[in-house]
Formats: sequence, C-alpha cells, structure tokens
Amino acid sequence: MQRVPLHAGEGGGLRIKPPRFEYLAPTSLDDALGLLADHGEDAKVLAGGQSLVPLLNFRLVRPGFLIDLNEIPDLSYIRSENGRIAIGAMTRQRAVEMSDVVADRCPLLADAMPQIGHFQIRNRGTVGGSLAHADPAAELPAVVAALGGELVVRSRRGQRTLTPEQFFVAYLTTSVEPAELLVEVRLPAAPPRTGAAFVEVSRRHGDFALVGVAASVTLDEAGVCTGCAIALTGVGPTPVVARDAARGLIGVKPGDDVFVEAGRRAAAPLRPDGDLHASSEYRKHVAAVLTRRALARAVSRVGTR
Amino acid sequence: MKERQIRVVVNGRPYERTVEVRKTLADFLRDDLELTGTHLGCEHGVCGACTVIVDGAAVRSCLLFAAQMNGREIRTVESLANGDRLNPLQEAFWEHHGLQCGFCTPGFLMTLTQFLQDCPNPTEPQVREAIAGNLCRCTGYKNIVAAALAAADKMAAASLKTSR
Repeated sequence: MQRVPLHAGEGGGLRIKPPRFEYLAPTSLDDALGLLADHGEDAKVLAGGQSLVPLLNFRLVRPGFLIDLNEIPDLSYIRSENGRIAIGAMTRQRAVEMSDVVADRCPLLADAMPQIGHFQIRNRGTVGGSLAHADPAAELPAVVAALGGELVVRSRRGQRTLTPEQFFVAYLTTSVEPAELLVEVRLPAAPPRTGAAFVEVSRRHGDFALVGVAASVTLDEAGVCTGCAIALTGVGPTPVVARDAARGLIGVKPGDDVFVEAGRRAAAPLRPDGDLHASSEYRKHVAAVLTRRALARAVSRVGTR
Repeated sequence: MKERQIRVVVNGRPYERTVEVRKTLADFLRDDLELTGTHLGCEHGVCGACTVIVDGAAVRSCLLFAAQMNGREIRTVESLANGDRLNPLQEAFWEHHGLQCGFCTPGFLMTLTQFLQDCPNPTEPQVREAIAGNLCRCTGYKNIVAAALAAADKMAAASLKTSR
C-alpha cells in the first residue's frame, strides 16, 4: 500500500504547513531596507512571528519573500534620552516587561506589558511587530496612542516620523509603505507625580482584549490633575483616543464622580462592532466601566514610583 | 534561499542539518531529529504543547522556523529525565497526577522549567498565570498547579541540601 504523507498537497512536503517562500535573513538594517526596496510588494517582514507565523501556518498569507529581521542586532534596544524613551522595533516584549528604565520612565507601558499574550509569546514577540501588525484589540497600539508616541519608519529613501493617528489606518493596516520598515517607537517619559494603569477584560488570561483602556494621570502637589491621557483598544478599527474624557480631569482633584463622568464621555462616541464574544452594547458598557477603573487605579498610583 | 544549513545544540548535543526554510522548529525537532517528545496541538501558537526552551527562554516551537535556529541552544522535554530517573518537576507531576492523557505535558514541563528557574518560590496565582498559555483538556489544571508548587518545594529542599 502506498503511504500518503500527512499534510501532503501543495509542495508535497511531509508535514510542512507554511506555503513556499524565499527566506532572506539580512544582518544589517541597510541590507533589510535594500531587500524591501527590491521585494517589498511581495514580501512579509518577520519579527517575532507570533502573529505572522500562525497566518503562514494557515496559509492565509502567501508572501513570495520572507524577510527575517532576527539577525539584525541593532534594532533591539531601550534608550532613555531627551525626556523620552526610544525602543527599537525588534526589542522583545519580555525585555520591555523586565526593563527598569521602562518601569521608571513609562509606567503605562510597564503596566500593559504583562497583559500581552503569555510569557512564552512575549519571550519572542517584539514591540515593533505588535505595532506593525496593528491588531485592533492589541495593547501596545493603545499605549502609544494614549501617550502620543512617535513611530519611526525608514526606507532606503529616508525616514518618516509618524503620529499614532498617521500610523494606524484601519484593522491590521498601517501607513507603512511596502518598501518601509518600522524601526523605532518613542514615548514621552512620564512627568513626576504620574500614575498609570492598563486594564482590560478578556475571555481568558492572555487572550486579546474585548476592551482595554490605557490611562495616565499627572497630579500637582495639591492633588489637582495637570495631565491626563486615555486610549481604548478593542472598540474600533484603530486605537481610540478619548480626548474629551481626558480633558474633563484637567484642573480638578479627581475622585469617583470624575472617573464615572470620564467613563461616560469616553464611551459615548464609540460604535464598536459586536461579535461572537461580545455585543456592541456590551463593549460600550465595558469601555465606560474600564475607563473609570483605569483612571481610579492610575490616580491611586501617583507618587508610588 | 529555499534551504539553509544550520548548526544547533539540542539537549547538549550538536547537530548540523540542511533544512527547508519553511519547516518549523517543532517539525524539525520531531521529523529531522526524531525528538518526538515535543508535541504539536494547534500549530498556531495557542495551545502551548510544543513549548521548548531556546537560549533559556520558553517559546512556541510551532511559531519558529528551524532556519532561524543557527547557533542556538535548544532544550526539549527529552532533556529533563536522566535515563529512567525523572527530574523533580516530572516526579511532582507523577505524584500529584498532573497528567492524564499526557499530550500537553511536554509543553507544561518546559513552560514550568523556565518559570521555576525565574521564580523559584512561586505563589499559586503566579503558577496559574505562568501556565495560562498552555492548554490541558484532562486535568482541570488543579493537579498541575499542585505539581508545580510541590516541584518548587522539592527543588528548594534539594538546593538547600547541596548548599550545606
């Protein structure tokens, strides 16, 4: 009897899931940008692979070329400079989670990190990969949007610095061109007397959030709010910055009634899609509740750093 | 390139192989090296059964390509026991019935191997969070958590003994 190999079919390979591709492993950023200039239209960039490799295994993407960034050492760093922190695109999420610099200078990012996937995912997953994948329920896009970070993209022709509004276009879609690469994200360092919280509701620990809220609050010596930033994830095609809700905290001593009002204002304009896991109405309700909780937790953490 | 020559050290033993670039690390371990202790459940990063340790970090081997492993050091579940002698973590799984069908067990063992190294004296919630990325459809997790906590105690007692 003839033995039929498992997973035969296309390519005829024994037990191979991903489709055929040409694998390219540049060892410098210049080489990577050169390859993107030549093949960008038909290439996928491989960072940590925690979202791309499942898509390859399902054969939902069939790139002609896979450009692996894992052999480029100088895209992995966390730097504190000029009142901000700069993180290289290939920095592992676990490294950010464990970073003292991040814990000290960017408490919102530090609070969000452990909520990304599971630690085995964060061991491999990268900051740049998560941002460039732009999943509408991911944590990192909301953090960058809340803090008004900068996203640095580069091609052989030069460099662009994008705001989150410019970078995130739609579901799983960014404004990064085929020949461009996200190389760095910059976040402002938190001023003194800042507290931050990232809270989310998901079906199981480590799942993508049904709704998540990133909140950062700065108080003066008298406890009056001088700065507030709020962004939500899971409630639209891109992260939603709740400017009106955040503005409501400025100039007041925040307390429970202020948090409730901010939650109401944050949720009011939302029109989230419903799905199998949660209806639109439920997501909207949760957005209000989580905004209130995130603000309360952020304020409770002011001065504890 | 469609194929790549790699040198890896797996469970302390060096290998040199030419691999098709689209072959995952999990398939390389199982098919090329015949280390079938690493199990494949979902093959898209959800179930954790294929967890191995690469350069000290627990990762999903179904989400890595063997072609990316040149120069890396990999540990699989085969590295845990010494012949027929189970290591303290495996022993604890045995004693606390931390497995039934055993399909998910290699992934749990490798996840907990890194976790207990990083966090040798864990609380129960910490253990539960650590194994949240591994699915088990038999045990209800309770016995796995008990086994992990018992293993931590065993390992602490053993290191106390050797340090005396």
